[in-house]
Amino acid sequence: MLTPSFNRYALALSASFILAMPLAAHAHRSFLLPSATLVDKADEVVTFDTAATEELFIPDHAVQIETVAVDGPNNIHPQPENVWRGKQRSSFELKLPEAGSYRISLSNDGLSAMYKVDGQMKRWRGDAESFKKEVPANAQDLNVTRMLSRNETFVRVGDKAGKTEWNSTGKGIEMMPLTSPTELFTGDTTSLRFTLDGKPASDLTVTVIRGGNRYRDALGEITLKTDKDGKISIKWPGPGMYWIGANTGRPPQGETGTLAKPIVRASYSATLEVLQP
Amino acid sequence: MRLRYSFMLGAALTTPALAADMNVKVEIPQLSVAEYHKPYVAMWIENSNQTFVRNLAVWYDVKKKDNAGTKWLKDVRQWWRKSGRDLQMPVDGISGATRAPGIHEASFNGAKYDLNSLPAGQYTLVAEAAREAGGREVVRVPFQWPPKAAQNTQAKGDHELGAVSIELKP
Repeated sequence: MLTPSFNRYALALSASFILAMPLAAHAHRSFLLPSATLVDKADEVVTFDTAATEELFIPDHAVQIETVAVDGPNNIHPQPENVWRGKQRSSFELKLPEAGSYRISLSNDGLSAMYKVDGQMKRWRGDAESFKKEVPANAQDLNVTRMLSRNETFVRVGDKAGKTEWNSTGKGIEMMPLTSPTELFTGDTTSLRFTLDGKPASDLTVTVIRGGNRYRDALGEITLKTDKDGKISIKWPGPGMYWIGANTGRPPQGETGTLAKPIVRASYSATLEVLQP
Repeated sequence: MRLRYSFMLGAALTTPALAADMNVKVEIPQLSVAEYHKPYVAMWIENSNQTFVRNLAVWYDVKKKDNAGTKWLKDVRQWWRKSGRDLQMPVDGISGATRAPGIHEASFNGAKYDLNSLPAGQYTLVAEAAREAGGREVVRVPFQWPPKAAQNTQAKGDHELGAVSIELKP
């Protein structure tokens, strides 16, 4: 089932937009939030919001939208509509034309650099092409990082059996549900498998947080480690929208990357809905 | 004679208070989380009506460029409502850097922190911690002021703060 060839719908985005995005001082938690994870019939519309925040799922600052990939049943890839980009969040709508399960995936693959010119620290963000134009040749203490991020969620349309298999790109961190990622209930156990560059991501720290933390004192995060096959199991403690996040962490101090061989950092998040039985 | 006696008694009662100090121990727990940042912590004193009386300490990112660390002071919500929003941080003697997990001791001199002018009565030390990408917790420790004898009181937090204890010596 895992075939490398599948279509992605790339949101045509000018490089200038990517560069105009503020350089976030803090990573925070980025998410892709669906207005519904269960829809009763085909042709319903679901809205998706994306942002980064400390207060899930209240938008704080927008994340880059470079590529949105929708993978539906029977190899269909409906296109996002009414794409809207703001300072605090970005949104789009999706009409789901067939019964079945859909994975909606927002991914970014970008470069960032820090360097000094005349003793002044500079930050830059862009891609390999703009790097050559924008980062001066006399840049000192250059450190280049490639950031691979993916924010996903799943929606099921009028379908009894939940799909669990989707294609892998083999890039960065990806998650393959081993049990259905939709129609989850309190007390259910969900198993997920993580990969890094297509290989099992063992010993990866996965954080699970229920939304709405603005209104409670304890964040109540569940911290899990993947096993040697990259697997974790989550027993849902209560209803709500959950954020599941993982990243490869910071590189060791003193390690520097170049354009040819950047430091690679990967991050992943999924939003899953858990219902009250 | 009578007048003189009460004056002396008064002096005898207030003199120790002038020398009284408050020693506080605050435990910041070690947490096993994927993204850890040292918490912002505020400590202040309230009277028996839970009315704000004095600030003791605010530990935040004081070193951040352009005073930018003050942006998240509002996340120390209770302190922010009671005092923080009226302050221009940093404040001498109150602002301090964030602390790593462990037990931290802080000593508040009665004269310097203007505790000696507090009317005698029941007070509460309030410690509030708010952690970036984490949780928030408030711990309240009651005490009598001025201390007539050595006093040790403590309370314990559950997730963002460990034990908070006060030691008072007349």
